[in-house]
Amino acid sequence: MKNALYRLDLKASPYLYVVPFFVLFAAFGVFPLAYTAWVSLHDWSLLSDTHTFVGIQNYKDLFADEYFWNALRNTAQIWVMSTVPQLIMALVLAHVLNQRLRAPTFWRMTALLPNITSVAAVAIIFGQIFGKDYGLINWLLDSLGLGRIDWQAGTASSQIAISVMIIWRWTGYNALIYLAAMQAVSKDLYDAASLDGASSFQQLTRITVPAIRPTIIFTVIISTIGGMQVLAEPLLFGGASVTGGSDRQFQTLSLYLYEVGFSRFDFGYASTAAWVMFFIIVIVAGINYFLTSRVRSSR
Amino acid sequence: MRSVFSRRRVTAVAAPLLAAALALTTAACGGSDDPAKPGGKVKLTIATFGEFGYKDLYKEYMQLNPNVEITERITKAEDHHKNLAAHLATNTGAADIEAIEEGWAGQFTANPGKFYNWADYGANDIKSQWPAWKWQQGSAASGEVIGLGTDVGGMAMCYRRDIFEKAGLPTDREAVTKLWPTWEDYIATGVKFKAANVKGSSWMDGPTVMYRSVLGQQPVGIYDGANVVVETNPGVKKAWDLTIDAINKGLSAKIAAWSADWNAGMANGSFVTLACPSWMMAYIQSQAKDSSGKWDIAGIPGGGGNWGGSFLTLPKQGKNVAEASKLAKWLVAPEQQAKVFRALGNFPSTVSLYEQPVIKDFKNPFFNNAPVGQIFSQSVKTMVPQYMGPKSGDINTAIQNGLTRVEQGKQKPDEAWTQSLKDVKALL
Repeated sequence: MKNALYRLDLKASPYLYVVPFFVLFAAFGVFPLAYTAWVSLHDWSLLSDTHTFVGIQNYKDLFADEYFWNALRNTAQIWVMSTVPQLIMALVLAHVLNQRLRAPTFWRMTALLPNITSVAAVAIIFGQIFGKDYGLINWLLDSLGLGRIDWQAGTASSQIAISVMIIWRWTGYNALIYLAAMQAVSKDLYDAASLDGASSFQQLTRITVPAIRPTIIFTVIISTIGGMQVLAEPLLFGGASVTGGSDRQFQTLSLYLYEVGFSRFDFGYASTAAWVMFFIIVIVAGINYFLTSRVRSSR
Repeated sequence: MRSVFSRRRVTAVAAPLLAAALALTTAACGGSDDPAKPGGKVKLTIATFGEFGYKDLYKEYMQLNPNVEITERITKAEDHHKNLAAHLATNTGAADIEAIEEGWAGQFTANPGKFYNWADYGANDIKSQWPAWKWQQGSAASGEVIGLGTDVGGMAMCYRRDIFEKAGLPTDREAVTKLWPTWEDYIATGVKFKAANVKGSSWMDGPTVMYRSVLGQQPVGIYDGANVVVETNPGVKKAWDLTIDAINKGLSAKIAAWSADWNAGMANGSFVTLACPSWMMAYIQSQAKDSSGKWDIAGIPGGGGNWGGSFLTLPKQGKNVAEASKLAKWLVAPEQQAKVFRALGNFPSTVSLYEQPVIKDFKNPFFNNAPVGQIFSQSVKTMVPQYMGPKSGDINTAIQNGLTRVEQGKQKPDEAWTQSLKDVKALL
């Protein structure tokens, strides 16, 4: 009897321990996903009680919707403009933080500060910095005799402004992830490199980067997922306008979804956009994984 | 360092669990805020946006009704209406009294089943307080009364006295009103102002406010009954064309309404005229505190008109509908509307007040003692009521985006109009 109990414990306990996660995942992950898929097949207004089944009509409409493609293009552009500089700067910052510094904890915590600031506050402050008439940057440009830029009006200028907000917020966060990985790299390697006369930059590119490659892959994938979902920055930069500028020049996918769902209350179509977004993220993450695992196996 | 990381792992596991537990318990106690047990207080929540000026009124009401406790939730207008839609859709989370704004009202009156019918709570007895159009805006097509009117827009023109003087224009509000009987005259005066070349100041802010003001004066706006008539309605095109004309003549400061630059411009005189619905007075007073006495108020070109104004509704989710309806009726009663106006500027929707000294004789010291009571009474009395449909707000955004594209030099007016019409069609 005792033996049987012991065996049951051995077999069942691990499942019991992992059950909470899967229950939560089912409730907050799978169910909303499935429900969204169900909604996306309907003509479903947020306020109305009647929902008509329309099959894949919403998907057909979405793929023919030029504003959807516009939002996808903007999202990709903002993603590239924010992720690439962000990760490079994070790497350099982590490298600097990894040196012998006075009060290392202070510097590390400071690096994280931008990330814990509320995104609304960030967007409002940067919105003022990028203001046309009373913005800090235009004031600088103007006093250098370079004229003013209407940041919101242009496609490139507005997307740069939004990318700057994202970079400011997430660089320190990624730097700390890199730093954690860097601390696991053997100090002997650096000491040996120093003896051989390698510069700090050479140490970064020849030792650190190869050693923390899995971490870099991780941050690329995480930033990709985050970058596909950018919402608050463009929304608040445009003064709470859901269209992302007069010509939708900085409307991201999430913002488009928000416009359809919560401005037009067209929940069916918004759910369609959400599902297509989900697929795009899965595909992009898959490509990321495929490329990076090839890089690793070819070593 | 290590302790930090391990603590973080604990929260990472604990947080979702806690969230789940909270979700379960709140779901389970959904009914616990129910009407007072004997001796207990009735708790009422009221959700508003912007500045309704009700704080002091709540105190007064609670003194008069010691069994009532009022909590107010204030959110930004955009968020407020989106939240309300989500609460109604999910049947949970709405306050006992929810305010809605004119521009959004159509979306809610199109779904009367989500609200108690005011007619069942004695509203028909006080119907005569409101002008017919305000009553109609708060009612569903099928006749249910969803919202009781609070304030109305009413139109006037705010202008910078000090900068008018620099440009050699008259500063006295009677004389200023005479400058612009029509919007064409307003533009012509703008051209004169521009010729005076006052550094750092433009005639108007940007296209949004002017377009919206002209549109508000047309007998037919976005909707003709149940149909969207943007393409064929000369009223919409008129508002568009006049605004384009002003842009083409270089009168605009090219500042987006409700942006940080707009607020700064209001204080610094980047633009010297701004069409003012009554609630705009409260906005200017809060954004441009230091410019007291520099702003003044004259009549609006083209006479009356309306922009904005709100309603109080009773969502079906509310548990204390009897008490909530009493409070809401008290809040929209003439005496309370008058108090709000004098404190803040939100203009009453109660017609009978306009002849009374409490409104008629009120002068706003911030605006150089302009007789705002008289100005707005006049505007509301002569206005043509306009039907607002469920999609008025989004359609106006599409049109205003078109105007902004012209202003930003991205498109010619014709191209912008064509694209706006296309955007409007996509919304339907």
